[in-house]
Amino acid sequence: MNQLFALAVTVPLAAAAAICALRPFFDRRRWLLDLAAIVTAGSVVVMLALIMARVAGGDQVYWFAGFRPARGVAIGIDFEAGSLSAGLATLGAVLVTASMTFSRRYFERVATYYHALMLIFLAGMTGFCLTGDIFDLFVWFELMGVAAYALTAYRPEERGPLQGALNFAITNSIGAYLSLSGIALVYGGSGALNMAQIGAWTTRHPGSRLVVVAFLLILAGLLVKAAIVPFHFWLADAHAVAPTPVCVLFSGVMVELGLYGIARVYWSMFAGALGHQYGLSRLLLVLGAVTAVVGALYCFRERHIKRLLAFSTISHSGILLAAIGRFAPLGLTGAAVYIIGHALVKAALFLCTGIVLHRLGTVDEVRLHGQGRRLRATGLVYAVAALGLADLPPLTTFLAEGWSDEAGPGWAVAIFLACVIVTGAAVLRVGLGVFYGVGDPPGEDPQQAREAAEETGETVTGRHHTPLSMIIPAAVLAGAAIAIGCLGFAGLGAAVEAAAVRFQDQGAYIATVLHGARIAHPVAPFPAAEASASGASVATGVAVAAGSVAVALLTLYRRRLRLPGLYRRRPRRLARPWPRAAMILEGFQSGVINDYVAWLVLGLACLGGLIALIVH
Amino acid sequence: MQIFPFIVVVWIVGIGLYGIVTSRHLVHQIMCLIVVQSSTYVLLLAVGYLTGGAAPYFSDIPTRTRAVDPVVQALALTDVVVEAAVTALLLSFAIQAHKRFGTLDPQELASLRG
Repeated sequence: MNQLFALAVTVPLAAAAAICALRPFFDRRRWLLDLAAIVTAGSVVVMLALIMARVAGGDQVYWFAGFRPARGVAIGIDFEAGSLSAGLATLGAVLVTASMTFSRRYFERVATYYHALMLIFLAGMTGFCLTGDIFDLFVWFELMGVAAYALTAYRPEERGPLQGALNFAITNSIGAYLSLSGIALVYGGSGALNMAQIGAWTTRHPGSRLVVVAFLLILAGLLVKAAIVPFHFWLADAHAVAPTPVCVLFSGVMVELGLYGIARVYWSMFAGALGHQYGLSRLLLVLGAVTAVVGALYCFRERHIKRLLAFSTISHSGILLAAIGRFAPLGLTGAAVYIIGHALVKAALFLCTGIVLHRLGTVDEVRLHGQGRRLRATGLVYAVAALGLADLPPLTTFLAEGWSDEAGPGWAVAIFLACVIVTGAAVLRVGLGVFYGVGDPPGEDPQQAREAAEETGETVTGRHHTPLSMIIPAAVLAGAAIAIGCLGFAGLGAAVEAAAVRFQDQGAYIATVLHGARIAHPVAPFPAAEASASGASVATGVAVAAGSVAVALLTLYRRRLRLPGLYRRRPRRLARPWPRAAMILEGFQSGVINDYVAWLVLGLACLGGLIALIVH
Repeated sequence: MQIFPFIVVVWIVGIGLYGIVTSRHLVHQIMCLIVVQSSTYVLLLAVGYLTGGAAPYFSDIPTRTRAVDPVVQALALTDVVVEAAVTALLLSFAIQAHKRFGTLDPQELASLRG
């Protein structure tokens, strides 16, 4: 029965290998290929759900080949599953299943390696969530990365995908090598690769400079994955050009996995040595706030819908980093629930965008204005998901907003709420304009239109019907967001909070892994009222959603109201009405890898300096 | 642990990143990425090295002999495998870029888009 842990990663890997090996056979039987991939992904969902059910009472450890630790020294390699790690892995598998179902009709012709890469990506995500070994964390990270780079460049005959994939691969590889350097250093100090054993060692050496440097390097690598400013540039380039079903995974879980990695590494390895330092928490809060603002600004001024959604992911990633950086159970609870809610609605939004591209042949908001009126079901799902992104109850996200802001200072709460309103407004603006024809009909600027026309070719366009296999996954994901949000009134918060407290308990983690202790989740650690859907959270959610709708309507009727033009242009050809600061912002997202790496180096230097200042 | 190997590691990372930032040629840029990665090999070896330690094969030496750490070679080997995969993929992108668009300059690739 314990073999489930191993099967959850070996099944998708074996299926991917089998699909590649049987390529000539599958080439002629497309339906069988799709079925095989969907069934594999679905079986991983089932396995991970079973693991989740089993660890509900307390974390479980699986030692590969039965090499158990002896006297506190780990000999083998382990998987450690708790409610949060298994839950995130399940979320990833659900999204893979949904996007494989969507791809069935989305791609007219598809090479077998698409399915194989998706399954390898799934295995990488699962392994990354469950592993208890720091070097394996790096290997799963890279496995996931390589599959993602290849999926981004799925159409290598076009310029956009190639360039996006190159930027993505080079920045993320540098991040991974920084992490690996940190891992090598901490191994040099502790002589261990098992995260629990390293945690035990660092706790005995608080204030060691080696520990601080190792933490910095590992953190930097994961921040690149999590698209935190100034490491975020790759994300929009990759998301704009990757096929839409792949974007679902990138935005829905891959970015969040970077954040999960930070939480996992911090609470298993460094919490005891670094302590819950106020300065470190503040640093993550500021990083998160800057990221949220930058993402929201770019998101608001974008007209390429996939890019717009990508920038909104950057903004939300900042909010999540700040929530995790509170180092408090309520912050982590908020982040966990936010990740679920965000993943479900963002995936639904991307799938709807895919349907728009499939039916109407473009994802340019201006050209699409009023064109989507016939897509009633898609428009409805899109609108529901967009309101979910703007925190409308009962879509899961409203629950989390209050919890993740709870412990924060007033200015941060104000910034984050404003960012949610702005990104929500941008997404709603697209929905209202495209599907319901609300707002002034757009005037066309030929130069901007050319700049926006970088999609095409990933699906056969101009279809007259939306296949059920495309609309149902989107509707199911949006429905799941509503269902889980309703659970918030029935004690979801308390359960997640218990899991969060357990996740943050380094002593319990070490005891579980190294000494085989069975430690139950703490029961109701806090007053239940604190972690349940309260009147205040519902009111905030409604207010934020109303604010988003208002801002969206304002921008839609901007010409009538004589407001300045909206969309960003490529660098060097800037419009007048926007202030100088906005123009400087434009230049950053240049698409040139050299600039991105320069920012990465600068960011690393600043981060290192700040952490050195804080810790000493 | 000696300090010298760590200076070498920082130097290699530095020149690798400098190369990536200043390069105007994709293949050159990918080679610089390999340079950055090769710093991790040096780091791993430096971490596992023991002055005067024997090779960790205990078939013909007493098991209590001081030996260098055998784990780091496994890590470095895995690292090499990862590098091979990433480099092969990146070079295939570069070949495609040259084939389709006739340029390997990252700035030209960026400015011609759209």
